[in-house]
Amino acid sequence: MADEFLQLSPVQKDILKEVSNIGAGSGATALAHLLRRKITMTVPGVRVLPLEEVATVTGGADHKVVGIFQRVEGPAPCSILFFLSIDSAMHLVDMLLNRALGTTRFIDKLNMSALEEMGNIVSGSFLNALGGFTGLKFVPSVPSVAIDMAGAMLNSVLYHYGQVGDHALIIDTEFAEQDRHLAGNFFLFPDPGSLTKILSALGVSNHGACC
Amino acid sequence: MEHVVKVGMCDLKTAKPPQRLLTSGLGSCVGICLYDPVTKTGGMAHIMLPDSAQARGNTNPAKFADTAIPLLIEEMLALGAVKSRLVAKIAGGAQMFDFATNSEVMRVGDRNSKAVAAKLKQEGIPILVNDTGGNFGRTIEFDTVDGKLYIRTLDKGESIR
Repeated sequence: MADEFLQLSPVQKDILKEVSNIGAGSGATALAHLLRRKITMTVPGVRVLPLEEVATVTGGADHKVVGIFQRVEGPAPCSILFFLSIDSAMHLVDMLLNRALGTTRFIDKLNMSALEEMGNIVSGSFLNALGGFTGLKFVPSVPSVAIDMAGAMLNSVLYHYGQVGDHALIIDTEFAEQDRHLAGNFFLFPDPGSLTKILSALGVSNHGACC
Repeated sequence: MEHVVKVGMCDLKTAKPPQRLLTSGLGSCVGICLYDPVTKTGGMAHIMLPDSAQARGNTNPAKFADTAIPLLIEEMLALGAVKSRLVAKIAGGAQMFDFATNSEVMRVGDRNSKAVAAKLKQEGIPILVNDTGGNFGRTIEFDTVDGKLYIRTLDKGESIR
């Protein structure tokens, strides 16, 4: 179990990447509808990293960000973290509330709930696509928003991996608005054990006939 | 000799003056600083989980409260520290996100803090500073020259304990 991430074959990684790509595409489309702006996204990366290196992906453990966190329950539990820079989060609130960019100067309770809603819509679309492919049910919790050190927020996610090994599996995509007024990183962390279930639902488990 | 010794997640290090020990972005993790004020030997651990018994097939003792503390003590004694003189300062153990579902995930910070305090008590090491809990991240720096702990948060700035 501890080594399930390290045993990922290139084909399995590619399939995970492809499924994530469709999920992220669906999330980007939902975001574009919501904001009525063009949203671009990068091809998702599927990475296996030692726990202590995960924070470097998010710009360092000390890096101040807005984080939208969701737990995903079901047969293959996951965690979702959506990181935005402070400026991006404020621009996003302006776009959501149809105001001129720069109107929002700080993130208050009302702004936070707008961000939670946005997180819900993007992750919901992503998980719907993933659920469609795998036939597995993904049930996201209500989002929770924090403005703090990226590394500190990652603790809540990485702790699941810590129980079984020293590595984490990260699926990440960057979303950006056409004019780069906002850019954010969407991270999906399948819990240890969930990966095996997702891969076997996709017909590419280690025990299967494939590869 | 590095002036600032960085301690990563699930990691532990020892230091002597004029060195400082630093760990960044503590959320639910707990940073443990041990110090012998006579020999000025310092040690820091950054633990992620309370109990190695609950983990399946694990290798890294610096990850758990119950295994990191004895190992840190051992490394400090090898540097000349005397166990009966050791004192502790701890920080972290926050709950970064608050919502009702999945209580186990949400309580890990609190469980970490309690496990650290219990293990230190068992080792007979007094806790001089206990800055745990809350819903914010912390970066901590420990100065082996005077045993002072610098705790930085984004909202409240720096406090010296």
